[in-house]
Amino acid sequence: MGNVPTTVKHCLSYEQLIQDYPWLRRWLLLEEKTITGHAYPKFVKIVEVGPRDGLQNEKEIVPTGVKIQLIDMLSGAGLPVIEATSFVSSKWVPQMADHSDVLRGIQRAPHVQYPVLTPNLQGFQDAVAAGATEVAVFGSASETFSKKNINCSIDESMLRFEEVINAARERQIPVRGYVSCALGCPHEGHIEPSKVAEVAKRLYEMGCYEISLGDTIGVGTPGSMFKMLQSVMKEVPTSALAVHCHDTYGQALPNILTALQGVNIAKVIEAGDFICSALCRETNSKVARAKGRTL
Amino acid sequence: MAAVLRLVNRGTLSSAMGQQYLTFSSAPKVGVRAGQALPERVKIVEVGPRDGLQNEKTIVPTETKIHLIDMLSASGLPVIEATSFVSPKWVPQMADQVEVMKGISRIPGVSYPVLTPNLKGFQAAVKAGASEVAIFGAASELFSKKNINCSVDESLQRFNDVMKAAKEAGVPVRGYVSCVVGCPYEGKVAPEKVAYVAKRLYSMGCYEISLGDTIGVGTPGSMIEMLEAVSKEVPISALAVHCHDTYGQALANILVALQMGIGVVDSSVAGLGGCPYAQGASGNVATEDVVYMLHGLGIQTGVDLSKLMDAGAFICRTLNRKSNSKVAQAVCKL
Repeated sequence: MGNVPTTVKHCLSYEQLIQDYPWLRRWLLLEEKTITGHAYPKFVKIVEVGPRDGLQNEKEIVPTGVKIQLIDMLSGAGLPVIEATSFVSSKWVPQMADHSDVLRGIQRAPHVQYPVLTPNLQGFQDAVAAGATEVAVFGSASETFSKKNINCSIDESMLRFEEVINAARERQIPVRGYVSCALGCPHEGHIEPSKVAEVAKRLYEMGCYEISLGDTIGVGTPGSMFKMLQSVMKEVPTSALAVHCHDTYGQALPNILTALQGVNIAKVIEAGDFICSALCRETNSKVARAKGRTL
Repeated sequence: MAAVLRLVNRGTLSSAMGQQYLTFSSAPKVGVRAGQALPERVKIVEVGPRDGLQNEKTIVPTETKIHLIDMLSASGLPVIEATSFVSPKWVPQMADQVEVMKGISRIPGVSYPVLTPNLKGFQAAVKAGASEVAIFGAASELFSKKNINCSVDESLQRFNDVMKAAKEAGVPVRGYVSCVVGCPYEGKVAPEKVAYVAKRLYSMGCYEISLGDTIGVGTPGSMIEMLEAVSKEVPISALAVHCHDTYGQALANILVALQMGIGVVDSSVAGLGGCPYAQGASGNVATEDVVYMLHGLGIQTGVDLSKLMDAGAFICRTLNRKSNSKVAQAVCKL
């Protein structure tokens, strides 16, 4: 570079800098590694929602015995949390009509949680009577979705949940909170990250130990996920947050990756095989398909 | 030294590589990772008409191929791999290579590279009007032997003739490296081997090296490890990723590649082209899904997603198959 001071040369040329100070490369590679390596968490807790959220959206009614066997297989795979069923009225969700039988029938593995959905106090009491030791409530970041889905406004739903959370506190039963439409609503479209943060904060302050942020219609992409999480993290500690990404537009894994940064996969696949046989349908898991389990 | 260290940050490296970067605003260190610099623009290399159709069982009529390529051109894709000048004995799907090349309506500014496995193929390609070609090496010795019946070094030797002829004719050459993360025969592939093959292709004269996760086993961690090794030998601006979605990991892998500064992504409309190594599994990542992610990130591609989906719908109807694109499935119920 001719008659240029050394420090200027180094500013202008990274290659020159590395050439003159070879030991520096290791330091810089370390820095790069942190940026590109993204320091992901060493452990990620997977909350398996197949038996409840999954089956709830399947058209075919699954026999109780099959649900129990599925949950037992998932317990055998090492999943730490398995959402077992939902204590909603069977009039609204016929798939979950056997909630008490399922909860009583499963083999509870030690150190595994089996939360159940409890939309109101009645549901909570039924759940406790059936042996529930963890429950979940769900709010929405979208007013329209709340009205259409559970027939009340967000504020009204929060009042119902407060009853559940208070009753749960008396029995020392932990409550998980869900926020749906975190990245978009089928009716309202775009949802402001601040609204998601507001609902998450309310559930957290009422006493939910963890808030699961759901991209209900799967429209999110890493950018919108990042913005929403930034907003929510101002109100709720990161350690109390979870992501529930739908794969409707194939974006779930990059969205999860953005959010984040040992489950025995073979056993999870087995469990997946089992329920797909029972439902007579193909698995949606690409890993399972790649490993040769198709129907 | 501390002052010098502060100066040499990612932004400096980025501008040294000649790319404009978008930087996310900072966020607290715990939890969400901050400051991922992403390219402002990503070039999508559409491989559906070649790599995609090559792996489809049904032989597609020539006019259909031409119509597909024309629809893809209309969607704004900057590069569309049109066909392959391999012997029709090995790849019957590509037997109509000359007619396809002559039949398509070329849009100015759009490249239509073709595969040329040897000098004969190159000559036939140029005669048929090709103005860009592609050659391919494998990062796995066993894969090379089983696929093209020679070692990696021997295969690169064969391409010397093609490179020489291409240089004389002023035809740019793109290089592909397959099995960059895993091999169906060898298992895990060493990143250093990938770097070696990529470097050889680059120094032979390929203007761009596309790194292919041929069996889709890669995950963000192994992608980063491989890309770090390769980027020591080949400038990032000359690298592309060709991720297969066999295990559903493609978009996540593409995302980390973008975060490392890679600005070229290969994909296939409707996710055409299954995986020949995993029966019933998917192969190429769907262009529609990639574009959805990139546009959602505010990254420009020049692609009109709805026109792209039209092209996908057209080829799926013709092949009488479901689209592998989740976006297409969600929007068009395909």
